[in-house]
Amino acid sequence: MRISVEINGRAYEDDVEPRTLLSDFIRHHAGLTGTKVGCEQGVCGACTVQLDGEPLRSCLMLAVQADGRSLRTVEGLADDGELHPLQRAFHEAHALQCGFCTPGFLMSMEAFLRERPAPAEHELREALAGNLCRCTGYVAIIEAVESAAREMRGGDVQGG
Amino acid sequence: MKPARFDYAAPATVDETLGLLDDDATVLAGGQSLVPLLNLRLAQPALVVDIGGVAELDYIRAEDGALRIGATTRQAALERSQLARDDWPLLHKAVRLVGHPQIRTRGTVGGSVAHADPAAELPVALTALGARFHLASRRGVRSLGAAELFLGPLYTSREPDELLVEIEVPAQPDGSASGFAEHARTHGDFATAGAAAVVAPGRAGIALLGAAPVPVRAEAAERALAAGAAPHEAAELAAADIDDDYRRALCTELARRAIAEATP
Repeated sequence: MRISVEINGRAYEDDVEPRTLLSDFIRHHAGLTGTKVGCEQGVCGACTVQLDGEPLRSCLMLAVQADGRSLRTVEGLADDGELHPLQRAFHEAHALQCGFCTPGFLMSMEAFLRERPAPAEHELREALAGNLCRCTGYVAIIEAVESAAREMRGGDVQGG
Repeated sequence: MKPARFDYAAPATVDETLGLLDDDATVLAGGQSLVPLLNLRLAQPALVVDIGGVAELDYIRAEDGALRIGATTRQAALERSQLARDDWPLLHKAVRLVGHPQIRTRGTVGGSVAHADPAAELPVALTALGARFHLASRRGVRSLGAAELFLGPLYTSREPDELLVEIEVPAQPDGSASGFAEHARTHGDFATAGAAAVVAPGRAGIALLGAAPVPVRAEAAERALAAGAAPHEAAELAAADIDDDYRRALCTELARRAIAEATP
């Protein structure tokens, strides 16, 4: 089937089988390999992208279901080479080690902070539950998201 | 793993959908349960009928006092629905426990019901609320209660040519309050056990998750509660028939919490 999907503002058109997963379309057809594929059964969250601004697992969607829709992947976060505040905070707070889970965390958290710009820590922990990280132990990830949230609200980047 | 090959159809109307459903077809709604099964090749349908584009099934509205939820309504839409939050708060409490936000973006209310996972929250909440499930086929429409629909784990009385089109939740009596409690290893995991309760003066609806392979109404507990029993007494009755000691203890405590939340 011929489909056309807009990713990060650019249209990608290609022939796919109905069984092609959206995650594979993003990586192999569009060549955007920032999105990672972990468990392929909706558990790990590594493949999280945004469809019309809402986060979802791209391994649990068929590429044909995204025909005519608009996606955002981790490649769409930075603005003209300038890292997104979340990306910068992950870097600064050492919120990644191997980095495999990071794109999924970033796409989940970017959507979450749009909805909850000043989350309480327990809300943030709940929101993080859909993404697994096997390196960091999450503490630095929570620090990074809180720091980015402060910056995005226009507050003090360093302190509380 | 990747799915085995299948044919794909994306009908635009219920009528068109019903013409495609047979023994070899599987309905794809939000895909949050079906796509993992396809990826693992536990499901290998010849035809996947994607009802994501059937716009007429995407609604939440009140009609004659009842809440009507179209089958393809996203779980995220139910979570955001002010109507559900105001008048059927049990649904709001239950849907927030379904998977993670990234799952609820795509997952549908109808899909959760039709998939009939014994650990799913929405079927249990809908059972406590006395919901009716409307199934359409070319032979007509029939309406079933929870006890008639849920037959076993991942198993309902829906025939292969039938489509779940609507979930109807009756008006709740004045002064009713609700509670939902569950135990899962971490937030968003499948629940090991849970309980849903709606309590009004002289009337109660209680359903358990994890007590049996399907959501079950705790009728003895409902009668006791309506007659004025305390939450812990009703909770003991609710879980009394569960053989396994751990599950019985868990269901008793969760039922107590849900009932206590519903009896402020």
